[in-house]
Amino acid sequence: MVEFTLPKNSQVQPGKAWPKPDGKRLKEFRVYRWNPDDGSNPQLDTYHVDLDECGPMILDAIIKIKNEQDPTLTFRRSCREGICGSCAMNIDGTNTLACTKGIDEVDGPVKIYPLPHMPVVKDLVPDMTRFYAQHRSIEPWLKTLSPQPTREWAQSKDDREKLDGLYECILCACCSTSCPSYWWNGDRYLGPAILLQAYRWLIDSRDEATGERLDNLEDPFRLYRCHTIMNCSKACPKGLNPAKAIAEIKKMMVERRV
Amino acid sequence: MAGTGASDRRPLSPHLQVYKPMLSMMMSIIHRVTGAALYFGTFLLVWWLVAAAAGPEYFDFVNGLYGSWFGRIILFGYTWALLHHMIGGIRHFIWDTGRGFELETVEWMSKAAPVASVALTVAVWIIAYIVR
Repeated sequence: MVEFTLPKNSQVQPGKAWPKPDGKRLKEFRVYRWNPDDGSNPQLDTYHVDLDECGPMILDAIIKIKNEQDPTLTFRRSCREGICGSCAMNIDGTNTLACTKGIDEVDGPVKIYPLPHMPVVKDLVPDMTRFYAQHRSIEPWLKTLSPQPTREWAQSKDDREKLDGLYECILCACCSTSCPSYWWNGDRYLGPAILLQAYRWLIDSRDEATGERLDNLEDPFRLYRCHTIMNCSKACPKGLNPAKAIAEIKKMMVERRV
Repeated sequence: MAGTGASDRRPLSPHLQVYKPMLSMMMSIIHRVTGAALYFGTFLLVWWLVAAAAGPEYFDFVNGLYGSWFGRIILFGYTWALLHHMIGGIRHFIWDTGRGFELETVEWMSKAAPVASVALTVAVWIIAYIVR
């Protein structure tokens, strides 16, 4: 449902200003904090990091804050090279990966929030349960009826190329949580990431469940809540185009009826 | 997950409050707003036609309202909403064919739509005043 404002318990309050470290090139970071244990509202804490003593990426800065200033700051991270999708967050107003976003790409104070319109577990860690359940719902694996070949399921080079721009998705949820339709109808609309994954299986030449997959998506909400707002494709840190993938699914829906 | 204590109290992370407004997103919102405005505009059109059917006196009354400076401002707005929504519709039609999804194209179309709708609206009114 469309709700433009945040619930009472979610409104962000001014937070703590942490003592500035020494250094000449100080950069300000304003970070969303919420602690499940103290019963208060989320708040925006201010930290400063000396850029002369810090790596180039936003992730470097928040790791440095956690190591040297505030060990309670909580966020997910793993690969630090844009392949695991763990450190997806809202940085400077758009969703991206903290590990591939350069500090110098942001003018002024760097504002960091969790992925938008998600339940917050702690600080920058959102609850991804529903997102993963939606991914499960599209059955993201090869489905076949033909007898199992003695070797692998073969695919021509041309057919393999159709998966380019789709298989690279790391399921970081930057796109889905940038989408206003997903904000308002995330309980029923699958969102750009999951629909891109759905298309990845729909056009796989080896998959034999295309009709069944399309039946599952033929729904006013699951697919058709996409209104081509384009936030998804603008946010994708891997340069993929979920909006186009969704348009291709819509086309397949029409084509199978004519 | 309901009823498990901590998860019940989980705040919702900020969304509209923090997301950077982008032209493409704004155009989507304006497309909705103009679409809603067209309901009102259609009502104006219907009222005008009903007035014409009701008789010369009532028609003169409604026509007079529409011809007043305030009525003309409203009609100018209606013309713009109609043309802007039409251009937005053409954009969606192009997207429905699977074309125009490159980010540069999206950006270009987002900029072109308001320019074109304002230009067309002004053009329609200039022509209307000339032929009157």
